[in-house]
Amino acid sequence: MQVPAPFDYARAESVEDALTLLQRHGPESRVIAGGHSLLPMMKLRLARPEWLIDINDLFELDYLVEDGDVLRVGALTRHATLLGSDLIAGKLPIVTDAERVIADPVVRNRGTIGGSLCQADPAEDLSTVCEVLRAQVVIRSLDGERVVSMEELHRGPYETAVEQDELLTEIRFPIRPRTGSAYEKVERRVGDWAVAAAGASVTLADDGTIADVAIGLTSVGLDGRTATRAEDALRNAPPSEEAFTAAAELAKQDCDPVADQRGPVDYKRHLAAELTKRVLRRAVERAR
Amino acid sequence: MQITMTVNGTEVTAEAEPRTLLVHFVRDTLKLTGTHWGCDTSNCGTCVLLMDGEPVKSCTVLAAMAAGREIRTVEGLAQNGELDVVQKGFMAEHGLQCGFCTPGMMMSARALLDRNPDPSETEIRTAISGQICRCTGYATIVRSIRWAAAQ
Ligand SMILES: Cc1cc2nc3c(=O)[nH]c(=O)nc-3n(C[C@H](O)[C@H](O)[C@H](O)COP(=O)(O)OP(=O)(O)OC[C@H]3O[C@@H](n4cnc5c(N)ncnc54)[C@H](O)[C@@H]3O)c2cc1C
Ligand code: FES
Ligand code: FES
Repeated sequence: MQVPAPFDYARAESVEDALTLLQRHGPESRVIAGGHSLLPMMKLRLARPEWLIDINDLFELDYLVEDGDVLRVGALTRHATLLGSDLIAGKLPIVTDAERVIADPVVRNRGTIGGSLCQADPAEDLSTVCEVLRAQVVIRSLDGERVVSMEELHRGPYETAVEQDELLTEIRFPIRPRTGSAYEKVERRVGDWAVAAAGASVTLADDGTIADVAIGLTSVGLDGRTATRAEDALRNAPPSEEAFTAAAELAKQDCDPVADQRGPVDYKRHLAAELTKRVLRRAVERAR
Repeated sequence: MQITMTVNGTEVTAEAEPRTLLVHFVRDTLKLTGTHWGCDTSNCGTCVLLMDGEPVKSCTVLAAMAAGREIRTVEGLAQNGELDVVQKGFMAEHGLQCGFCTPGMMMSARALLDRNPDPSETEIRTAISGQICRCTGYATIVRSIRWAAAQ
């Protein structure tokens, strides 16, 4: 039987309250959102907090709002809510694509976007999605609030800029005109982490050429970075199969996958190229 | 700590350690052993029960996190001595063999029919896609849920 080591538990009633509890209980206290990454780690003793601060009652962190050219998403928004949102499907289809293949429907009822980003697992699908969309995140402490980019947020595998006494409260997605996005993942079976996955966002200029593009890959050793050489090759180019193939080749060269039970290196590299091509095609179609 | 929640319509209070998982609280403390417990790693889905109407894997929820919420287990499906249509469907269409995955499958089916009374085969397959039947009776499970929807 896998059970976490003993800890104390407190349920926060507001963001202020959560921050106060984190400060009061000190370095060994940690927030729990959906718990679908943290509890498995605690069962395996990969995490051993002495205090858990439950933030599931913070309904003020569960929202999706369009605010001018920004879509603001509360950190406690569940995967299932993101998947079911017409607003998201309309403005940021890459999120809907990804949510369809994150874990399984039951896990998606609990897991949150904030938990996913704070977990910073290199295989986390939403991290790639947020990088591709150039999202910014809001981090709160008792002293105030700061807004950081995804690059600043993710310091490395399982390591983020969110300090122990801070909360990630919001994710901000820029909404840009003439922009399309897409995500595609290859998994061994439903609910599994990616063997490899790719996401792209493409903005078209009035003349139909690519004004801006972002390409991200999951689980192939491109942690916290987008495929910049592939992006540079596409910028200002007309979208074409040849251009996508050339960009996919660059993305394939720039990734650095490791062989594991999900597959050998050459297979993952092959997927990186193929999936890059597919998401570029789909993103361009959606931008038109 | 004292934990109070509503289980199958009745408020219950019991003492449990904060680290107690909901599946063990329900099975060992409340003695409701209909909810099964298998992989411990949120993969098999046999521990699925409803929390505030939504299916969750109770091996990956703390009992403390369920305090104040509405829990519904397989024991809460039958009402006034009459089986729920999902249970009848599993009988009519042979939806179980060894029965290990059955409680979780039925709870997901109940939640699906609550929000979508006429699901397609694909919608049914998606709804139970996080749950494993070791006897691989998926075809009959899907048929059982279709049967329930048709009633
Ligand atoms: C069977 C299974 C399959 C899965 N498959 C996939 C998959 O295919 N792709 C994928 O991307 N993910 C997958 N996941 C992970 C899933 O999406 C998790 O739910 C998610 O990674 C974490 O979200 P959570 O809310 O459960 O976080 P928690 O487990 O509650 O927290 C994770 C970490 O983030 C911290 N944290 C949480 N919220 C905040 C906040 N607001 N501010 C500061 N810190 C915070 C916690 O302290 C903890 O360190 C899977 C999980 C399971 C169990
Ligand atoms: S015991 Fe909970 S998912 Fe297997
Ligand atoms: S009936 Fe045996 S596991 Fe499903």
